[in-house]
Amino acid sequence: MLAIKMIIEFFKTGLFAIGGGLATIPFLKEMALNYGWFTLDDLQMMINVAESTPGPIGINMATYVGFNNMGVIGGLITTLSLVCPSIIVIILVAKALDRFKDSKVVTAVFKTLRAAVLGLVLYAVYDIFKKTLFSSVTIINVKEFIIYALVLGISIKFKKISPIAIIAGCAVIGIIFAL
Amino acid sequence: MNEYLDLFLTWAKIGGFTYGGGYAMLPMIIREVDEHKHWASEEEILDYYAMSQCTPGVLAVNVATFVGYKRKGVMGGIIATLGVIFPSIVIISIIATFLNNFADEPIVRHALNGISIAVCVLMSKTLVKMGKSSLKDVKTIAIFIASFISVFFLGVSTIVISVCAGILGYIFFRLEDKKSC
Repeated sequence: MLAIKMIIEFFKTGLFAIGGGLATIPFLKEMALNYGWFTLDDLQMMINVAESTPGPIGINMATYVGFNNMGVIGGLITTLSLVCPSIIVIILVAKALDRFKDSKVVTAVFKTLRAAVLGLVLYAVYDIFKKTLFSSVTIINVKEFIIYALVLGISIKFKKISPIAIIAGCAVIGIIFAL
Repeated sequence: MNEYLDLFLTWAKIGGFTYGGGYAMLPMIIREVDEHKHWASEEEILDYYAMSQCTPGVLAVNVATFVGYKRKGVMGGIIATLGVIFPSIVIISIIATFLNNFADEPIVRHALNGISIAVCVLMSKTLVKMGKSSLKDVKTIAIFIASFISVFFLGVSTIVISVCAGILGYIFFRLEDKKSC
């Protein structure tokens, strides 16, 4: 019974949470209040864990909730229920798009869409810069900023370095300098 | 290598090294999907982001489904999605079993703060690179700026921004169409 309820709730979340992982949080709050599968404190903890582990945040949250209530199977069930609606919707959209791929209108619409998405990427960049390199509007975190400049320089000079190497390297730097 | 296995492993790699949500994933996706595997171009990946913004579900999952579908149809879409969520399922299950205070461990915090710097580096590079290829005329630059202002100063939802940009694109197209007639 619990399994079925969880499948329905996470399917619903996957279907109605539009706009990325953080959009799942209000749905999870509701779940906490309605079903008591976890408390709001648990939820805060889950958000922290989800943010400190690799992978999409929404997925991490679903796995965490499922696992804590029903073990490995639970984690699988909740995660698969969450992604199921997206897979269906995206495949339908992709199929429709195949048909109009070469139409001039679609090409023109995507040209402006790309520019808008880059605006959103700029916002994401601003957000992570603010959190990482600044401790307030006017105060730069000097240590972090120097590391940023050095790593950026190295990664521009040696184009072959993979993002994975940069992430792993910076994790080590973080531990060494106790950032 | 079997193409399905290749899809699964590539997306597992992307899922396993993404910290901090959908946009932080963009540099990894471009590196693997465009530069290494040539499954989709930079522009196509941005298109997938735009559509994922207005469709239900987690950004990364939606982009994975698009790329997988383009490559190997429905099965490809499913396999790529399973790939991108696989590392999360494994890692979260381990953490939930053994480490209740995982996020509070000092060593984890230090490593994450270091990783944040890496994400800054990767994302700023990606933004510049994509800006060069996608922002070529006054119209696209204006939309880029308008999109940033709407989300930053006005807090407009990303869905609304994507839909409006799409409509504007359509209007621009019609206007130009008239001119050329």
